[in-house]
Amino acid sequence: MATVGVDALVELQGVALGYEGVVALRDVDVTIAPGELIGIVGPSGCGKTTLLRSLLGEPELYAGTAKVADNTRVGYVPQVETVDWNFPITVEQVAMLGSWRTRRWLPWTSRAERSRARVVLSQLGIADLADRPIRALSGGQQQRTFLARALIRSPDLLLLDEPTSGVDIKTRHEILHQLAGLNTAGVTVVLTTHDLNGVASHLPRLIALGEQTVLADGPPSEVLQPGILERAYGQPMLVVQSGHETYVLPIPEEAPGAHGDVLPPPEVVNVIGRPDSDEDGEADSGPISDNA
Amino acid sequence: MRTAKLTLARYLTMLEPFEFGFMQRAMIAATLVGGVTAAVGVFVILRRLAYIGHGLAHSIFGGAVVSFTIGFNFFLGASLWGAFSVFLINQAARRRQIGGDAAIGIVTTAAFAIGIAVISRARSFTRDFEAALFGEILGITNQDLYVTAGMVLLIAVVMFLLWKPLVFITFDQDVATSYGIPVRWVEAIFSLALAATVVAALQVLGVTLIAAALVIPPVVARLLTDSFPRLFIIAVVIGAVTGFLGVYVSWFVDVSSGATVVLVQSAVFALTLGWGVLESRRGFSAARRAERLAGLERSLND
Repeated sequence: MATVGVDALVELQGVALGYEGVVALRDVDVTIAPGELIGIVGPSGCGKTTLLRSLLGEPELYAGTAKVADNTRVGYVPQVETVDWNFPITVEQVAMLGSWRTRRWLPWTSRAERSRARVVLSQLGIADLADRPIRALSGGQQQRTFLARALIRSPDLLLLDEPTSGVDIKTRHEILHQLAGLNTAGVTVVLTTHDLNGVASHLPRLIALGEQTVLADGPPSEVLQPGILERAYGQPMLVVQSGHETYVLPIPEEAPGAHGDVLPPPEVVNVIGRPDSDEDGEADSGPISDNA
Repeated sequence: MRTAKLTLARYLTMLEPFEFGFMQRAMIAATLVGGVTAAVGVFVILRRLAYIGHGLAHSIFGGAVVSFTIGFNFFLGASLWGAFSVFLINQAARRRQIGGDAAIGIVTTAAFAIGIAVISRARSFTRDFEAALFGEILGITNQDLYVTAGMVLLIAVVMFLLWKPLVFITFDQDVATSYGIPVRWVEAIFSLALAATVVAALQVLGVTLIAAALVIPPVVARLLTDSFPRLFIIAVVIGAVTGFLGVYVSWFVDVSSGATVVLVQSAVFALTLGWGVLESRRGFSAARRAERLAGLERSLND
């Protein structure tokens, strides 16, 4: 990868990417500024992980230019499904893999490395799990363990592949809060997600993939549009806007709204329970059900 | 007085194997080889490559035969043959239509078949290669021992220096590249170390038993711990101790040393597994007892 100017952290221009000669994405133009929080959305197999890993310089580049700013430290959190959870390793040992370059020729870790690992684990609320084998972790704890491995490098750019897959609503909420906190602290965060309502709609910028390219790039209000979603997922979507919240629901072809309208909430939605505030004092959306 | 005499006789009998030079060399070689095969085996089993150890041993047999036939140094020739086999396996495995297990099967059996073909053409070598197939640890010379010790030392140094990248790749190969680890280089060096390990173990255990020494000690250690560094140390200790014990016991039972080493390792595995099953049953019973007591307490409170 080449380098970019001071304005952008990453610049992809007219990029075509893939593996083993097979193009997965083409005509990709994406610029990421320092301090952004971005979600990549789209159906399974649309190239979300390929685009994410292009920021690591991994997929083969068939066209265009991919540039990343000099001295950018990148932290990568893979999908938890790709990991062998029976591997004999503890939470602290996983976290310290992230700093493998420190005293790289020695098999053991220094006291400074271990205390750095403890600090990161504490920040993520899993310091008490440091000596626990990874096979004994819950989904949320697994995600945090990998986040710790990425954070131990003090990354400028944090890439996460489906960080909220397989976790419950509360854990998802906690993970998103932690990512938002890191972003506020200056870390650029890019994540992929399948969860349009629970994750994507809460992010400031979304990149929607489909038809082997970028279909839309902007705030959720611009990207989560019925036309774009139908092109991406190949299925009509009902988009409901309620205040600042946007909800997306897949609908059958013959149902009302299938022609792609953005519907106002009162006619189609019953809001069942809406807590005034969550534990952090921020407004939180309650569950919704489509009674239309 | 008679009991004391008997005890002394027994004691002297137990020391008998240490009186002979060939047994001393065999026990040292088996301890070194047992330790190093277990060390490399830890990475082999955790990467689910147990089959490669078996295949590589057969492949290196072919290399040993060819080296012997053309008068080339056995250790160097067999190691180069093994490294070339691993290179071919890696190249073939990269093609998704083939896959790793099929690549191992094709390359290693082809290399083994070359060895058999050479033997069948030059029948006078048959007896020497029986030793390669089944091991001939009691025939180890001082020079063999020095070469084996040198190879073990070299493999140990490589593993010491590559420990962190090796652990990372073994745990999460997919992500290791993104953390700046030169995965292909580390894998190539590990493959060479694996080939060298198999060559070092060839004379001690023979082609047919090497896979067991690569796999059993790490698997036993895996049953005992969930921590990688501890697993590694336990595996090496088990490998070295069972290597020594196997040769030592073979003196008394008059059975092939290589086979005895593997049988001792298998016995350790069976005992560890049995102990684990008993422990988990005991834990299950304790949990059920606690559950019953809690239920009784609840009903009493109600």
